[in-house]
Amino acid sequence: MTVEHRAPAEHELDTIDININVGPQHPATHGVFRMVLTVDGEVVTDLDPVIGYMHRGNEKLPENCDYRQAIGYHDRTDYLAQFSTEHCFVEAVETLAGLTAPDRAEYIRVILAELNRIASHLMFFGAFATDVGVFGTAFMYAFRDRETIQDLFEEVTGERMMYNYFRPGGVAWDVPDDFSERTKQVLAKINSGLNDLDGLLMDNEIVLARCRGLGSVSPEDAINWGLSGPMLRASGVQHDIRRAEPYSIYDRFEFDVPTGDQGDVFDRMYVRLEEMHQSVRIVEQALAQMPEGPIMAEGMKRILRPPAGEIYMRVESPRGEYGVYIVSNGSDKPYRHKVRGASFSNLSALRAMSIGHYVADVIIILGSIDIVLCEVDR
Amino acid sequence: MLGILKAAATTVRAAFRKPVTVQYPSEKKELPHRSRGFPILLWDFDKDESFCTGCQVCARYCPVDCMTVTMKDNPKYAEGKSTRKKIVDEFYIDYARCMRCDICVEVCNFDAIVMNNTWEGVELSRYDRQDLVMDLPALERQSQSGELKDPFREPMGVAHSGWTPKNEKEEAEKKEGGEG
Repeated sequence: MTVEHRAPAEHELDTIDININVGPQHPATHGVFRMVLTVDGEVVTDLDPVIGYMHRGNEKLPENCDYRQAIGYHDRTDYLAQFSTEHCFVEAVETLAGLTAPDRAEYIRVILAELNRIASHLMFFGAFATDVGVFGTAFMYAFRDRETIQDLFEEVTGERMMYNYFRPGGVAWDVPDDFSERTKQVLAKINSGLNDLDGLLMDNEIVLARCRGLGSVSPEDAINWGLSGPMLRASGVQHDIRRAEPYSIYDRFEFDVPTGDQGDVFDRMYVRLEEMHQSVRIVEQALAQMPEGPIMAEGMKRILRPPAGEIYMRVESPRGEYGVYIVSNGSDKPYRHKVRGASFSNLSALRAMSIGHYVADVIIILGSIDIVLCEVDR
Repeated sequence: MLGILKAAATTVRAAFRKPVTVQYPSEKKELPHRSRGFPILLWDFDKDESFCTGCQVCARYCPVDCMTVTMKDNPKYAEGKSTRKKIVDEFYIDYARCMRCDICVEVCNFDAIVMNNTWEGVELSRYDRQDLVMDLPALERQSQSGELKDPFREPMGVAHSGWTPKNEKEEAEKKEGGEG
């Protein structure tokens, strides 16, 4: 819904555009994101995003750490998709060092990364529904189910958020004996929780009225902006790195890549809900196929020194393409370490999507990007 | 209209479910065995001294440099009561700095340090930041008093890949050779 900017007629009062500062401490922005809105009445005519409040040097710090110490910093780049970030980093180091993780370790990684994707999307539903106006209800439903996933992660890794569980060459230690049964229990709870979210939001006329046709991005624009993940797929581009360029063992699973057709805010929500169903499918297949065996590659050195070279590894994190670029000079520390955050690129489309919409709608458009400021600022 | 009724039905159904929350300070969920609180030191009851020899490998591998360790000659070794030549003298961990990555546990050669898996390891509010710097008695207290019953000590990381320290390997070979 675009509202035309109306120039004042001669007999009317003069109007001026006002700047409104939203954030960095504001309940409706996600994290410490700040945007300066220029508004004409209620309509946004310009938007200036300001980032950098969360910069902690997460790209530079691992250059002073060896390859094991750097894993903890990757948890902290994207604090909602920690397993995806760890997965990306350890796969990159393994490719660089010519290691192959045993099958069991890869299955454990995939199961945990997919459960992490569900947890991240649940977090999106909680926060986004609050932005839309479903105050509290969807948030509580989403967090109830996210909590079951976090309990499982705590039983496996010992931590609730910063897991530090994957290692170059495998995983830190084996999963508990009852891992398979516990995961099945968690999946059952997630399935019932997804039905709740579906019933609460997806057919709701109020949600539809607020979300349909808002912040549309055409497929060509989405590609030109460098969008990835659910933002790109909502525009109708069927691109998923797990399918297009299968890393790890994703070529062994059957799953669909859900896409939207209008590229608006509602489609982004719909794509994420469908993705959660697909993740459940992947976890179920992985549990059925998971072999017994070692969880760490044979003959690992105590200190890993990959040969000199460079690598760019990318994975499909819940927010899109998460990439790690490492240059090694043969020592035990990366010579150069660069992270490509999905939220950063997705956020670049915010201004183009927001201009011409109401202030309240801009908040929803920002919420639909599902930014994690730690990943934007790093 | 139908969609709104569907949403209302969902919330009404949820009203009849059991609550999933617990009343936290008075009621606590059981922590899993692997729960990773802040690191503490273990007490060797056989020798009545710390397992830690103060070798500083944990301090070297700590990504955030939160540890300070010093070593001294073990008086019990001189008396012949212990096999440890050196023992920890001072051990400080700044809990405000620690990021609970578990790497110190992974690299420890003497299994002397573990992540605290009791509630005390995660409930950590102090009035002064300085109180978060733990010294040796504070780090050993829970293990020494027997509060820490079942620490999680599985072989970790490269220990899975069949790697053993060089001196252990040589000793094993020597033993085999001596017996053979």
